[in-house]
Amino acid sequence: MPAIDRGLRRLRLWLWAVVALVAAALAAATLGLWPRGVDGGDDPAADYASTFGGPFSLVDPQGRRVTDATLKGKPFALFFGFTHCPDVCPTTLQSMARLRRKLGADGDRFSIVFVSVDPARDTPKEIGHYLTMFGTPIIGLTGTPAELARIVKAYHVYYQKVPIEGGDYVVDHTATVFLMDAQGRFFSTLAYEEGETARLAKLRRLVQR
Amino acid sequence: MKTRFILAAAAFVAAAPALAQVSVDGAWLRETAPGARTGAGYGLVVNAGSAEDRLLGGSTPVAARLEVHSMTMDGGIMRMRPVTGGLAIPAGGRVALKPGGYHLMLIGLKQPLRRGTVVPVTLDFARAGLLKLSLRVESIDHGRESPHAGH
Repeated sequence: MPAIDRGLRRLRLWLWAVVALVAAALAAATLGLWPRGVDGGDDPAADYASTFGGPFSLVDPQGRRVTDATLKGKPFALFFGFTHCPDVCPTTLQSMARLRRKLGADGDRFSIVFVSVDPARDTPKEIGHYLTMFGTPIIGLTGTPAELARIVKAYHVYYQKVPIEGGDYVVDHTATVFLMDAQGRFFSTLAYEEGETARLAKLRRLVQR
Repeated sequence: MKTRFILAAAAFVAAAPALAQVSVDGAWLRETAPGARTGAGYGLVVNAGSAEDRLLGGSTPVAARLEVHSMTMDGGIMRMRPVTGGLAIPAGGRVALKPGGYHLMLIGLKQPLRRGTVVPVTLDFARAGLLKLSLRVESIDHGRESPHAGH
């Protein structure tokens, strides 16, 4: 009897040790990686953060090649969308234009980049027309499905054509704005639901790095 | 026979007050870029009637189709869908069509929506029927809570 008791006690100790280890691992993941990598933007070298971004090669409205190397030297805010998107895309791009104005003299210290994930309908020229609406320079890019697949993968972006009535379709897509530093490394994100004050603070930190 | 007539009359009387009891406050269209083929409209749909109504869609001379769409954000992913079966407007209630939510979607624009112009739009309600409106085209920034803080 006492032998079984001792055995049970030892098992219980082991189990508690396992629980403690799991809790410690969770705490490390939550405190150590998540806020720094995704929201804090203070440590772009964090493992998770470093998985956003990478090489790409797309075309601008003038037909020029724009790659990750072209953008280097200036931080940039990157947004994926499509010009037939009547709501979230113009709202986000307008917000970026407004934030740029609010940054005053620092406003031109970052680029705004719009990547269309609807190559079937959005020609580079049409993207150029679309972007004139926002009253601030925005680099509009697109490419072949293969070229787009590369940048979409690099930024872990989701997009999916969804047919609607009349042979038309809409495109579900990630609506996050990615903030990248002058070396093309991940800095932070702007979420659609995020308040403008928080967005402005992040952009200010990005351009003043 | 008599009962049926009374029932029919009662149904008619019940339906009648819903007519002209639906209105849209502060409706507007968002300006679009040159060459744009879709546009969006917003406004506060108010149902002063005592029965639920449904906004089914509508029409406008400036676009091939006008539909009611929803926009939802799910884990950072934007999803836009036509509202099937109409958007319910509860009796005595109101539903906001606003940026980042329900909106009128103009598909197949025949001309860009220019700021300051006024566009005729007819909305189709299940009970109230057709509601003719004149919607002003506003800037992209219109209707957005700015400074957008406190969200």
